[in-house]
Amino acid sequence: MITMENVCKSYRIAKRNAGFKEAWKALFHREYEEICALKNISFTIRDGEMVGYIGPNGAGKSSTIKILSGILTPDSGRVRIDGRLLWDIDHPRHKPMTRQEKYRRIEHVRQIGVVFGQRSQLWWDVPVIDSFELLKDIYSISDPVYRDNLDELTELLNLEELLRTPVRQLSLGQRMRCEIAASLLHSPRTLFLDEPTIGLDAVSKLAVRDFIRKQNREHGTTVILTTHDMQDIEALTRRILLIGKGQILMDGCLEDIKKGNAGIDETLVELYKSYEI
Amino acid sequence: MKKGRKSVSPVRLYRHYISIIVRSKMLDKKSFFLYSAGMFLTSFCVFLSIFFMFQRFHQVKGFTFREVLLCYGIVLMGFTLAEIFGKGLERFPRMVRAGEFDRILLRPRGTILQILGSQFELGRASRCLHALIVFLYGISGSGLCWTWQKILIVTGMLAGCCTLFCGLFLMYAALSFFTLEGLEFMHIFTYGLNEHGAYPMGIYGKEVLWITTFIIPFAPVQYYPLLYLLDRRQEAYLAFMPLLAFLFLIPCILLWRLGVRHYQSSGS
Repeated sequence: MITMENVCKSYRIAKRNAGFKEAWKALFHREYEEICALKNISFTIRDGEMVGYIGPNGAGKSSTIKILSGILTPDSGRVRIDGRLLWDIDHPRHKPMTRQEKYRRIEHVRQIGVVFGQRSQLWWDVPVIDSFELLKDIYSISDPVYRDNLDELTELLNLEELLRTPVRQLSLGQRMRCEIAASLLHSPRTLFLDEPTIGLDAVSKLAVRDFIRKQNREHGTTVILTTHDMQDIEALTRRILLIGKGQILMDGCLEDIKKGNAGIDETLVELYKSYEI
Repeated sequence: MKKGRKSVSPVRLYRHYISIIVRSKMLDKKSFFLYSAGMFLTSFCVFLSIFFMFQRFHQVKGFTFREVLLCYGIVLMGFTLAEIFGKGLERFPRMVRAGEFDRILLRPRGTILQILGSQFELGRASRCLHALIVFLYGISGSGLCWTWQKILIVTGMLAGCCTLFCGLFLMYAALSFFTLEGLEFMHIFTYGLNEHGAYPMGIYGKEVLWITTFIIPFAPVQYYPLLYLLDRRQEAYLAFMPLLAFLFLIPCILLWRLGVRHYQSSGS
């Protein structure tokens, strides 16, 4: 179970106008603008749920994912995942930079899998199977578990032919299947997918969606999916969380927002308009 | 899917990282050999410059040609080893800029281990060979009588030198969390010390010796033990000075941790 309570996060961004004179001035006196990326975000996701996390660009989706995966410290609030207290900023005994903190990160990331659609986690010049073997050592996966998981993933994602190919020679769709397999080798309980179908052709998209659904159904993996492809949402999730301007605007079912025969993209545009985001 | 784990030791994991890198480098043989030859030639030029200088002057502040070569061989080898193993730290600013540090934080291992494992500069091995040749040539004519203590001192100097440069690389990497521009000044200490470290630090005058003793402990791994090695001074504590390089790692690691925390809170 994932709970976020009153999580806030703001960034400081240096601003200046165009032109050389302005750049010179900014060298000595810099103006910062405080950007509020997340304002009091709270939600709960139950075990084995699949949730679509949607919102326009810059709404705070990736900040949320980074906080949930433990790589970004929120300004305030509390995050709890599977009973582990990941962030508790307001607690008086919250101590960053200690050894304890490092082990907390390590303990946490063991239990999650993260796929960034735009970035690879595989080693570029070696065959896919070499990357998998290295991940086996990084996560200290025992031999039988590794073999079971690899066999299963190979079969479900059709990796047989790809495993011995260097990553740089794979097509985008093939690579994405390998990325997803790589993030599941250590049997994570929670899977974060950040635009997993970006740039894929129809066949690969369907294969990836099909696999995610199976993974969720058979292993009860909790899946949090951010995407701009509404068909992903339609195919995979029942519950959606809509975020805009750093706030959760809606938490509900896809059916609730759909009106009559309107297409899913149109519905979303209507929704964005009604919240003025 | 089942769970179960027996932790893989960092050493084994590091070896695995390196084997992946070596495997991928081996795919491109031609570039590997050309690079190695290039490395050898570049560093050979430094040797030539020292050689020609001693054609005109027979001593530098009481150090003979062979003695300087001995010093140069040790420093160059220490630096090269640091470069071979610490290449990932040197490349780190690029890694931060590309946002690849996120991936490192997402893996259940120490950050420094993963960064050291991200690069391995095998092509520099040719320079190591060069350093070894210079070193052997240096000792063959320096008239040193070898005892096991002296061998230990040389090993200590080598280890200290390598550690010191690794520490400097780590500091360089840590600073890139705060600023991505203007880190070149750190090269004064890394590449600069390597170039000028060919000569014993004492020849550059009091100020330089003071800085390289108290600010960056380079003289403790190079100059002071060398004096003892060449029987210029008799105090036994000089032989243990290279250990200071290991102490130097402490502030470097603290700075690194501060950097990681800064990264995690600013998220860029």
